[in-house]
Amino acid sequence: MSTATLPDDPQIRERFSELKPALAAQAAVIEADRCLNCFDAPCTAACPTHIDVPGFIKRIASGNLRGSALRILDANILGSSCARVCPVDVLCEGACVLHRQNRKPIQIALLQRHAMDAFHASGELPPAALPGSRKLRVACIGAGPASLACAAEMCRQGAQATIIERRPLPGGLNTYGVAEYKLRAADSLREVEMIRRMGVEFRFGESIESAAELEALESEFDYIFLGLGLGAMQRLGIPGEDADGVMNALELIAAYKTGHIRELQGTVVVVGAGNTAIDAANAARRLGAEIVYLLYRRGENDMSAFDFEYEHAKQEGVRFLWRRQPLAIRSNEQGRLLLDTVQVQQVDNKLLTIPDSQFTIDCDLVVPAIGQSPLAQLIEELRGIEVRDGRIVADLANGQTSNRRYYAGGDCVNGGREVVDAVAGGKRAALAILKTAEESHA
Amino acid sequence: MPDIRIRKFAGSINSPNPFWLASAPPTNTGEMIMRAFDAGWGGAVWKTIGEPITNVSSRYSATDWNGQRIMGFNNIELISDRTVEENLREMAEVKKRYPEHAVIASLMVASNRETWHDIVGRAEDAGADGLELNFGCPHGMSERGMGSAVGQVPEYAQMITEWVKEKARTPVLVKLTPNISDIRTVARAAKRGGADGLSAINTINSITGIDLDTLTPRPNVDGKSSHGGYCGPAVKPIALNMVQQIMSDPEAALPLSGIGGIGSWRDAAEFILLGCGTVQVCTAAMHYGYRIVEDMTEGLDNWMRSKGFAAIEDFRGLSLNRVTEWKHLNLNFKIVARIDEQKCIGCDLCHIACWDGAHQCIHLDRVSGPVNGHVELHPIPAVKEAESRASIAETPVTRKEREALVQGPYPTPLARIPRVDETECVGCNLCSLVCPVDGCITMVRVDQGVKPETWNERTKAKSCAPTTILSQGL
Repeated sequence: MSTATLPDDPQIRERFSELKPALAAQAAVIEADRCLNCFDAPCTAACPTHIDVPGFIKRIASGNLRGSALRILDANILGSSCARVCPVDVLCEGACVLHRQNRKPIQIALLQRHAMDAFHASGELPPAALPGSRKLRVACIGAGPASLACAAEMCRQGAQATIIERRPLPGGLNTYGVAEYKLRAADSLREVEMIRRMGVEFRFGESIESAAELEALESEFDYIFLGLGLGAMQRLGIPGEDADGVMNALELIAAYKTGHIRELQGTVVVVGAGNTAIDAANAARRLGAEIVYLLYRRGENDMSAFDFEYEHAKQEGVRFLWRRQPLAIRSNEQGRLLLDTVQVQQVDNKLLTIPDSQFTIDCDLVVPAIGQSPLAQLIEELRGIEVRDGRIVADLANGQTSNRRYYAGGDCVNGGREVVDAVAGGKRAALAILKTAEESHA
Repeated sequence: MPDIRIRKFAGSINSPNPFWLASAPPTNTGEMIMRAFDAGWGGAVWKTIGEPITNVSSRYSATDWNGQRIMGFNNIELISDRTVEENLREMAEVKKRYPEHAVIASLMVASNRETWHDIVGRAEDAGADGLELNFGCPHGMSERGMGSAVGQVPEYAQMITEWVKEKARTPVLVKLTPNISDIRTVARAAKRGGADGLSAINTINSITGIDLDTLTPRPNVDGKSSHGGYCGPAVKPIALNMVQQIMSDPEAALPLSGIGGIGSWRDAAEFILLGCGTVQVCTAAMHYGYRIVEDMTEGLDNWMRSKGFAAIEDFRGLSLNRVTEWKHLNLNFKIVARIDEQKCIGCDLCHIACWDGAHQCIHLDRVSGPVNGHVELHPIPAVKEAESRASIAETPVTRKEREALVQGPYPTPLARIPRVDETECVGCNLCSLVCPVDGCITMVRVDQGVKPETWNERTKAKSCAPTTILSQGL
């Protein structure tokens, strides 16, 4: 079984052309040569998966592209998607020492992509131990980055890993949730295909929702890794939220990435100011919406989106409505939406509405993007696994939960960080499971 | 305003500046040389004239380094492929139009007295201001008993120089090959033969590299290659050393035209400081064109101005007496590395260089607390690196997390600013050489409170001096 693929849609491809195109081969070598090759490099330390950045960059400079890619994959099996989606400004490239010499940091992400693209094009697989050389079976629930990293590490070391996913496609947010101009769903699937070929098994369309299903899993596998991600997006909690024309940010992004929405028009209002809100607002612009507002109850300085994402949204033509809160969503006779809003001000960390500041925005689509609520219902059924504030409590160093057969990593543990954090969490859990299994057999 | 004109070099050669094009492809024709003079070159040594040869294709190859093209350049081209008549007719034309510029005829003919007399006479009749005897060409011509085949045997070099001097009325320069164990032996031979000056160095025997797909060295001529002559920036240090050797030897020293990797006024100034009267350039002009001479003349002029030198002769050879034998160096001179914390960018290359390439005295212990002393007291670099790779890093996703990445007193976090253990530092310079930031690591003199003393003095002072062999070997 090959992992499923998506039809190529020329219109989406054109509208979501890559934000950062790949480096040409010679440009990559020139850029690689700029790298100082720092000792104990800060870029490597800043990377949650501790990719040996100077190591893979110097391999590009010498023309050892295969070695470069293997160096990356050794640390981070999703090196290809991370090269595209990582907020490198606050990670490796942000840590580059050249900043302190007033020089441009090394374009680490583009170099990583260069090596990874060559590797994926070659169709090669990272070296792995003989399948079944370890008598260990692990189930990974959820097919997002955390589970992929965990399962791939298991296979690399000769254990058997099975990923169980309720959706039809693997990759989690890499496939369904990342802006297409950063990471194409097709590229995410290509990466997962490599992991499948390494020996990871996938079961799609399978939800784990009952104690019986959990018991069945426990009898089939030695350990279970929870890479559940976050649950559905949080609701606004205002009247009219279930009207047609209200679609949360992740639904919108998944819809256009899987070909279910190809075009938008009129006015779109995105509610929220995180990175996902920005992705949704930019997507709305690129899908054809004439006016896209991003509405946020606090000010510019409070938004959680990265600065470069904010700058990008401004360039895409997104308009920002600060300190404005949605009150209700109504529909008019023509079928358009009316979003009632009010101006608020922050006093002592509380938001107070300003009298007589209401106004209504005529729009075609309202997109709530106020964060994902942690997935709670399944977790609470699990055997003695501690959940706090909706997050699974797991040791950051090894992913161990309060139940010795269960490990966890990624968004369901950290509350929602980056792909690279999920990869790091999944891999740490895999290494811990391997170590524990070895010790218990010893 | 400084005067950079050259007057009476090797007896009678004048040129508007010390920058000459070396005998090579950039001086292949009269048309080229006239364009070069228009661009600002002070002189040109004509592409070597002799019996016309047939060249191969391809002819050049290069060594690139760290993203830069042509760190070193290699050629297997022979002397002029045009007839003597053609070259000399054009030479006469150039001299007519550019009487103030130096035009030197580079010559190479069979080792026969009459042949040399003939070519010397014809070149001088064409108006050459001087002659350069090509005893240096290391490829092709040497297989036919010319070029470096002459330059590697002092007796031949002296004999041909004598033949030329019997006939020549203009200054005779002998161009020396570096492909010999001691360049001074041939320089002395040329001087004994009556040469008025020298040119050094010619190219160095080389194979620049091998194509890892075809397994054929470059340049590839139908699946085969041949050793060539190496030049360009890579050879400058070798050339400077040979220039110094020649100019410090009374039996060899003559007016010298310096050659070897000169691409800027800085390079030229260095050759002149070691005694050269003019300099010759080839690779840089082949890389960027004649226009590079503009900055060479301007830059040299500006530097002379800043140093208060009114003429080339004011600084020519000034660095010669600062090169000495090792045994005369002061053993009691001590310097140590100092790191400017405000300039350090935290690459820590000095740390790893000191540990793996020097004396293990640059440490990353500003946070844990300095430890002075021997290697065993400090964690080795691999341990340090393993620690940071075992640490858990997370993406700072919230504004608060990003703002929490606080700074210390310096632009670089204290943990990444290395510390020099001055008690162990031997003052080798390595750290300051690898540091990418100008002025960040300086080598500072430490007063030892002892009088200067050289190895020579120390061994002479002790009756139980080591054997001569040992002292020479060290």
